[in-house]
Amino acid sequence: MSTVKLTVNGKAVAVDVEDRTLLVQLLRDHLNLTGTHVGCDTSQCGACVVHMDGRAVKSCTMLAGQADGASITTIEGIAKGDELHPMQAAFRDNHGLQCGYCTPGMIMSAIDIVHRHGGQLDEATVRTELEGNICRCTGYHNIVKAVLDAAGRMKVSQAAE
Amino acid sequence: MGVEGIGARVVRKEDKRFITGKGRYVDDIKMVGMTHAHFIRSPHAHAKVKGIDSSAALKMPGVVAVLTGREIVDDKVGNLICGWAITSKDGSPMKMGAWPAMAPETVRFVGQAVAVVIAESKNLARDAAEAVVVNYEELPAVADVQAAIKSGAPQLHPEAPGNQVYDWVIGDEGATDAAFAKAANVVKLDVTNNRLAPNAMEPRAALADYDAAEEHFTLYTTSQNPHVARLVLSAFYNIAPEHKLRVIAPDVGGGFGSKIFIYPEEMVALWASKKVGRPVKWTGDRTEAFLTDAHGRDHVTHAEMAFDANNKITGLKVKTYANFGAYMSLFSSSVPTYLYATLLSGQYNIPAIHAEVIGVYTNTTPVDAYRGAGRPEASYLIERLMETAARQLKVDPAQLRRSNFITQFPHQTPVIMAYDTGDFNASLDAAMKAIDYAGFPARKAQAKAQGKLRGIGVSCYIEACGIAPSKAVGSLGAGVGLWESAEVRVNPVGTIEILTGSHSHGQGHETTFCQLVAERLGVPISQVSIVHGDTDKVQFGMGTYGSRSAAVGLTAILKAMEKMESKAKKIAAHALEASEADIVIENGEFKVTGTDKAIALPMVALAAYTAHNLPDGMEPGLKESAFYDPTNFTFPAGTYICELEVDPGTGKTSFVNFVAADDFGRLINPMIVEGQVHGGLVQGIGQALLEHAIYDANGQPVTASFMDYAMPRADDVPSFNLSHTTTLCPGNPLGIKGCGEAGAIGASAAVINAITDAIGKNNLEMPATPDRVWRTIHAA
Repeated sequence: MSTVKLTVNGKAVAVDVEDRTLLVQLLRDHLNLTGTHVGCDTSQCGACVVHMDGRAVKSCTMLAGQADGASITTIEGIAKGDELHPMQAAFRDNHGLQCGYCTPGMIMSAIDIVHRHGGQLDEATVRTELEGNICRCTGYHNIVKAVLDAAGRMKVSQAAE
Repeated sequence: MGVEGIGARVVRKEDKRFITGKGRYVDDIKMVGMTHAHFIRSPHAHAKVKGIDSSAALKMPGVVAVLTGREIVDDKVGNLICGWAITSKDGSPMKMGAWPAMAPETVRFVGQAVAVVIAESKNLARDAAEAVVVNYEELPAVADVQAAIKSGAPQLHPEAPGNQVYDWVIGDEGATDAAFAKAANVVKLDVTNNRLAPNAMEPRAALADYDAAEEHFTLYTTSQNPHVARLVLSAFYNIAPEHKLRVIAPDVGGGFGSKIFIYPEEMVALWASKKVGRPVKWTGDRTEAFLTDAHGRDHVTHAEMAFDANNKITGLKVKTYANFGAYMSLFSSSVPTYLYATLLSGQYNIPAIHAEVIGVYTNTTPVDAYRGAGRPEASYLIERLMETAARQLKVDPAQLRRSNFITQFPHQTPVIMAYDTGDFNASLDAAMKAIDYAGFPARKAQAKAQGKLRGIGVSCYIEACGIAPSKAVGSLGAGVGLWESAEVRVNPVGTIEILTGSHSHGQGHETTFCQLVAERLGVPISQVSIVHGDTDKVQFGMGTYGSRSAAVGLTAILKAMEKMESKAKKIAAHALEASEADIVIENGEFKVTGTDKAIALPMVALAAYTAHNLPDGMEPGLKESAFYDPTNFTFPAGTYICELEVDPGTGKTSFVNFVAADDFGRLINPMIVEGQVHGGLVQGIGQALLEHAIYDANGQPVTASFMDYAMPRADDVPSFNLSHTTTLCPGNPLGIKGCGEAGAIGASAAVINAITDAIGKNNLEMPATPDRVWRTIHAA
């Protein structure tokens, strides 16, 4: 057992976990942040994507201990109170989700994509960048639309800040 | 249409919880004292279980129990059932071997459970499972359907000699033979419909809790049809009587058919929770999903189509071998028979059809309904045949289809189905216009100049949906009725709860079902909530599959609404001292037509519950329920056209354009309908280009993770160009046909027809991987 100290969604936490505990297990089982999902166990599907120090990572493929000292943001931590993150709003407005299982990971990956590419996003880039997130419901059509829509919204909201 | 009524593109009410991480799936639920199950699964495709030594595992920390197949059989938990009886052509019933929830003696596919460890945590259960020693005696195995029917093949079940479950026929063989005898041309085709793994993104899970004082079980499970699960668990698996068993399917992360069935893991979780006296949770991992979720498709077919001298189809002969895997899953028997061969007429006037289907056991994961279930296999076969015929007869493929379309409705096909309505020319026209079909030769020439092989492929699909009426499916062998039920509760403050037996696992019922209420009452959808997925709350339900939730489930809601409205009008008329016949409902008010007299819905509701001033003899309250059974299947149909390019140097396919023109009857929410089509199309494209659940000759699965099984990714597929043509379904009052499966049914033939057009060779199997396409291009 080890104590892992990290910041999750802005709150400092210290959790005693078995050394083999995965980051996703720490989030789901110890902190009850069940918005982060497990879809494949092999780092393929991306349902488990969270942000570590602002970068998208697959939380099923790293040990909780590797996140010691890091700042983790999960799907539960991106809205400002009742105000949705522009990516969340764009997924809703563009019908970018159906069963909702891949959605948290999709949204976390998509925010990272927009951050990395700034305003230089087109459909082909979004499709290539989403390669590590699998959705079985939407056929990606509306997810791609949502990410492109959100890229515009995020630019506007950044400019306003 | 109001802003939230029928036909409006209303954003989904349910989305907020999903986009904020507040969805509640089975694995998200925790119970006090909860234990965790890990199954010990056979690594062999066929073996005798000679012994299980769990002594070391039982000594490990945190291990609560190790339970075996022998114990579950001894405790009289029932064997898994197949709920659709099929009769062979010789009149004999289908031949089935027993399928216990965990194998006491013989395992017949890799992944079949022989024992389960119950422990304090998931990791401890997994650790202990490593310490359980199972002594297997390997037996010869067979995975391929054609190998399995050869004499001398390894035999799976003594009840099914030759591994044959049934040999079933449909249609008029004599009339079909006569048509072929007179044919001017005969077109022949062999096709394999590749085996697929459904892969809903949420792996299956179960959380069972036994209350010893009440002798009552609660099961949270990933189900598309919780009431059917309760019925089967109760009536056939002897878990508990229905009133002592509550089944809850909370948020469910996709189904695609794979979550219709009641699986061994749910049975074991329930049984184990009573044995250990604590809640038991099992959550599958992805490899378990590949090994144990019912697979789809897996047909090998030879077909011949006869044409007269005017290129009119005169007959169709089909022989299909359907691979069922090692056991007959819940509805497996119906998939290659009544859901497949009854659609072999496609959109065409075919006077004589004869089909034979041979169902076969192999040492593979059981096969059952997967999005489309039989209809994709039928549509793929017919549309590959039509394309092959056009090439052989040297006519335009669109024109060949058009000249054989059914244009008069209703139309009785030679294979049971009576198509109620449709306009196949309209959807073909819409698709051809959308893709600029006439301009294709010029585009092909231009692509050729750039070294690319460009092709265009048409697919005109039809499906039978709703999977009802009950009387019809009963006459064909179904063990259940396939109606739907609903209840409308108007609360005393005027808000409305709709309780439905349909189950939403991505379909958006919490929005679309509210839109019907908004349409009829003129209230905002924020005043309406949808309750589903809980056998303690909803009176009954047959669940969601077969594109049935709107056509059948929503109509049940309509029927309950009509009863409620009728009573509410009486109350309103009484309060307004008017005639009931003069009451109209508008904007949430009951108005006396032609006057300014009105009473708002909340006041009517309140009057119903205070019961101070109701018409004489009227019961208090405002709540009605209905069971709805349609009069026919529904028949969604449409045309998909795919244009793509093949790189002759690599065999890689790139999409240029993909258009879909569907006739789903009335659309409740076009945004959601489009989403259903997008998802279905990608499953069809996935089958055509990427997906294949592969076994080696000894029954070892070689595609049991996302590392090995090619799921469609965002960069594998295009955006789509969708449109709708409309003929209203006469079989239900809303005119709805259903949209959930169409994409998966029609897409794969469009893709393969386009690739074979591009490369100029007709024989190409799915998935058309670059390797396979390249080899086909360069084959002698």
